[in-house]
Amino acid sequence: MERTHHKQEINITETLMNRINELISYYPEDKRKSALLPVLHEVQDAHENWLSIELMDKVAEIIQIKPIEVYEVVSFYTMYNQRPIGKYMFEFCQTSPCCLNGVEDLMDYTCEKLGVKVGEPTVDGLFEVRGVECLGACGYAPIMQLGDFYKEHLTKEKVDQLIEDCKNDIIILHDK
Amino acid sequence: MSQKILLDKINIPGIKTYDVYRANGGYASVEKALKTLTPDEVVEEVKTSGLRGRGGAGFPAGMKWSFIDKKSGKPRHLVCNADESEPGTFKDRYLMEFIPHLLIEGMITSSYALGANLSYIYIRGEYMWIYKILEKAINEAKAAGFLGKNILGSGYDLDLYVHCGAGAYICGEETALIESLEGKRGNPRIKPPFPAISGLWSNPTVVNNVETIAAVPWIVNNSGADYAKIGIGRSTGTKLISASGHIKNPGVYEIEMGLSVYEFMNSDEYLGGMSSDRPLKAFVPGGSSVPVLPAHLIFKTANGEDRLMTYESLSDGGFATGSMLGSGGFIVYNDTACIVRNTWNFSRFYHHESCGQCSPCREGTGWMEKVLNRIENGYGREEDIDLLLSIQSKIEGNTICPLGDAAAWPVAAAIRHFRDEFEYHIRFPEKIKNRDHFVAEPFEKVKHLVAKELV
Amino acid sequence: MKVTIDGQSIEVEPGTTILQAARMIGGEVVPPAMCYYSKLKGSGGKCRCCLVEVAKGSEADPRPMPKLMASCVTGCMDGMEVNSKSSPRVQEARKSVTEFLLINHPLDCPVCDQAGECDLQNLSFEHGKSQSRFVEEKRTFEPENIGENIQLHMNRCILCYRCVMVADQLTDDRVHGVMDRGDHSNISTCISKAIDNEFSGNMIDVCPVGALTDKTFRFKSRVWFNKPYNAHRDCDKCCGKTTVWMFGDEIQRVTGRKDEYHEVDEFICNTCRFDKKEVTDWIIEGPRVFEKDSVINQNNYTRKLEKVEIATEEKILLGREQDRKKISMAEFPLTEEDIINQKSLSNNG
Repeated sequence: MERTHHKQEINITETLMNRINELISYYPEDKRKSALLPVLHEVQDAHENWLSIELMDKVAEIIQIKPIEVYEVVSFYTMYNQRPIGKYMFEFCQTSPCCLNGVEDLMDYTCEKLGVKVGEPTVDGLFEVRGVECLGACGYAPIMQLGDFYKEHLTKEKVDQLIEDCKNDIIILHDK
Repeated sequence: MSQKILLDKINIPGIKTYDVYRANGGYASVEKALKTLTPDEVVEEVKTSGLRGRGGAGFPAGMKWSFIDKKSGKPRHLVCNADESEPGTFKDRYLMEFIPHLLIEGMITSSYALGANLSYIYIRGEYMWIYKILEKAINEAKAAGFLGKNILGSGYDLDLYVHCGAGAYICGEETALIESLEGKRGNPRIKPPFPAISGLWSNPTVVNNVETIAAVPWIVNNSGADYAKIGIGRSTGTKLISASGHIKNPGVYEIEMGLSVYEFMNSDEYLGGMSSDRPLKAFVPGGSSVPVLPAHLIFKTANGEDRLMTYESLSDGGFATGSMLGSGGFIVYNDTACIVRNTWNFSRFYHHESCGQCSPCREGTGWMEKVLNRIENGYGREEDIDLLLSIQSKIEGNTICPLGDAAAWPVAAAIRHFRDEFEYHIRFPEKIKNRDHFVAEPFEKVKHLVAKELV
Repeated sequence: MKVTIDGQSIEVEPGTTILQAARMIGGEVVPPAMCYYSKLKGSGGKCRCCLVEVAKGSEADPRPMPKLMASCVTGCMDGMEVNSKSSPRVQEARKSVTEFLLINHPLDCPVCDQAGECDLQNLSFEHGKSQSRFVEEKRTFEPENIGENIQLHMNRCILCYRCVMVADQLTDDRVHGVMDRGDHSNISTCISKAIDNEFSGNMIDVCPVGALTDKTFRFKSRVWFNKPYNAHRDCDKCCGKTTVWMFGDEIQRVTGRKDEYHEVDEFICNTCRFDKKEVTDWIIEGPRVFEKDSVINQNNYTRKLEKVEIATEEKILLGREQDRKKISMAEFPLTEEDIINQKSLSNNG
């Protein structure tokens, strides 16, 4: 429901376009639409982790489908963001096994430390905390996802360290 | 030590790479199958093995393979379901992260059996780093001649790709997965037709779980009969169990089917008992969708037999006193865990993950979550317990896909076995508001407050 | 192939669904359908209203099917035996689905243009309860403007997907679809784009509820005050065969011709639907007759009305009297004197 209109600079670089074409080539020629999900991931990663209407329209054009088909898909899957999000998105798993290991307190702690509520980026746009459903790492709880990676066996100290590392720009979000 | 067939090589340094994997006997099943067996013979071996789908439903894999439509002449596909997202389950991730070539090998051998020339691994979007690991492994296998045209000179061609999802539990349902693979919303399809007749792009398709496919190389290298010797009865072979919760050693374990739940829980080889001196209260044996069991039904069945880690034993007694092996997501709770909160948590999960296509699930999951949320927060009404039972019974069996059942069962089971805890929440809201009620005051001590006569 | 529904047998062609067979038999065995639409490919299976019990799978495999089946997407088999209205399980399931469809529905029939020809209203009448067990706040959506012809009321939508299929199958550029997921799924263009296509108006006709209504008819009249007539005109875009809904000499609304299952015989174009509201635009053929109990049937108000006895009437009046005392609500604007009296009353009370 977050369709407020934010501006986004669209930049489909040659490298990105090559990767998109590679992904499209994984499917039969008349099934380009199948590449939609992987392509959206790549495009989102290259655009500060969110997809504006204009960017989705661009993807529709590349895949050769109707814009509405892209909107429908983007709004269905939770990993696509339809508004600008904090650069470092702390996505805490809040399903049962993580709760048994104290993730709720950890989320409260993180929010307090960053001075935000869940789902609101910090004023500088650097951080955001979000609760997500089971990430499939229950044995290593509590955990969070940061970019493409999981941070497991979290403690308050580890969260502190992560926040520091993010501020010092030494966290890798996407493995290219 | 029990026999390991999936994780036996997982600790070999460098097993992630093609060279080490190959040097340790990897891809032998591809060579054996392509050079010495017909596709039908591979299917027969898998049938003989008794291997059952490891994703949760437990449907015999060989039989599923034999349903694939070979008469229509349409291209066929094998799709590996790596959309692991059942709460409590993280076994596929372990396999794919640490021994990716086992899955690739399984995919090649299985695709050959099915006559598929274009196959996919559908992995959940959150496992992005594993997506990259698998892509790398595929490229290595391709460079070594195990993928592409005319594999090992056999004339058999196979292209294999990884496809990533983007955050939707429902895509673990095989037809929703296919929709998602076609670049659409993950809405499960109406069945029939089943994927074996009309699946990916309307072509005959088999969808199998990662663990199922990873077991195929061993079966082909040895024999179906050898596999069937492991385990008990119709629960053959080994099973990966993901263990989490209040236990000493959480993690992924490969067990031989038929191990007793008691030994699995308490031996040092496996879970090593509880994580603290707090006693065992409940457990969920097969991921969040299967019924929760109270302490007295965990190690023994209702008629006093040892509860074993098999499909049959875990479901012994039906839903009244049993549960299900499901996907092997083993979640253990000690007495500090609140069953009401946990049930609400699961309900929130299913509410969040419902695709919204059919009315009972779309409306019912949200309703259950709201009622449970009220009870958990001290705003429950006496009639809410029966209301929950009624809602769940109206969802169960009336939906397009099994997500409806998966949302309904945990609620029914929690009320069935822990009704007094729900009543306690409703009648003494002030006692539960700090979420520490059972730590401050063991439930056994306050149980008399909710004796049935009060109703 | 022979199939038996609620004890009535019929011969059908292979490929016929149970629902289609039931419609061939007609009458009470026909399951309700909120999402299935025979003229839209791929529709059905979603609302779960039409669930039936298959007591015998077929002559070859007589085992019963364990779960209730959606009759609109389940094919008939030779020798199949189906229980529809006669099965308590089926009745229970229909009640359940009705309840689910209503918990978040605004129940704003008094201000809804669909009232009187609404499938959800009919379903509730047949299978609904007068009381709700849902005490939570209802789900609501932000209003969205989808153009000058069609009004979207998302809060009333039951997500049958029919309008999406109309856009897919009748128009060449679908601009609306289903957004989000779960109980937040909604019909939207995502960007408040006008749905502008010569056949888009058919979305209104296929909508089983008041989620998509005709803006040119909005709040003009209750449907039962209109007289429906079959009419036609020479149209170069569609068949030109419609039903015009008249109030006196005025054409207030134009729709497709709907059959007893509320499906249009043929889809019509937007010009016929929205732009041709003059009597001179049409050749009027004669009254359109609907099923006998429908409030929109022309003869509905000409039939002799029988006196309705309400046994609880006295009790209702008694209750009202008590309410009045409790609330002390004055019937007219209060005078100074009244206010003083009331204040002293409440102070004493």
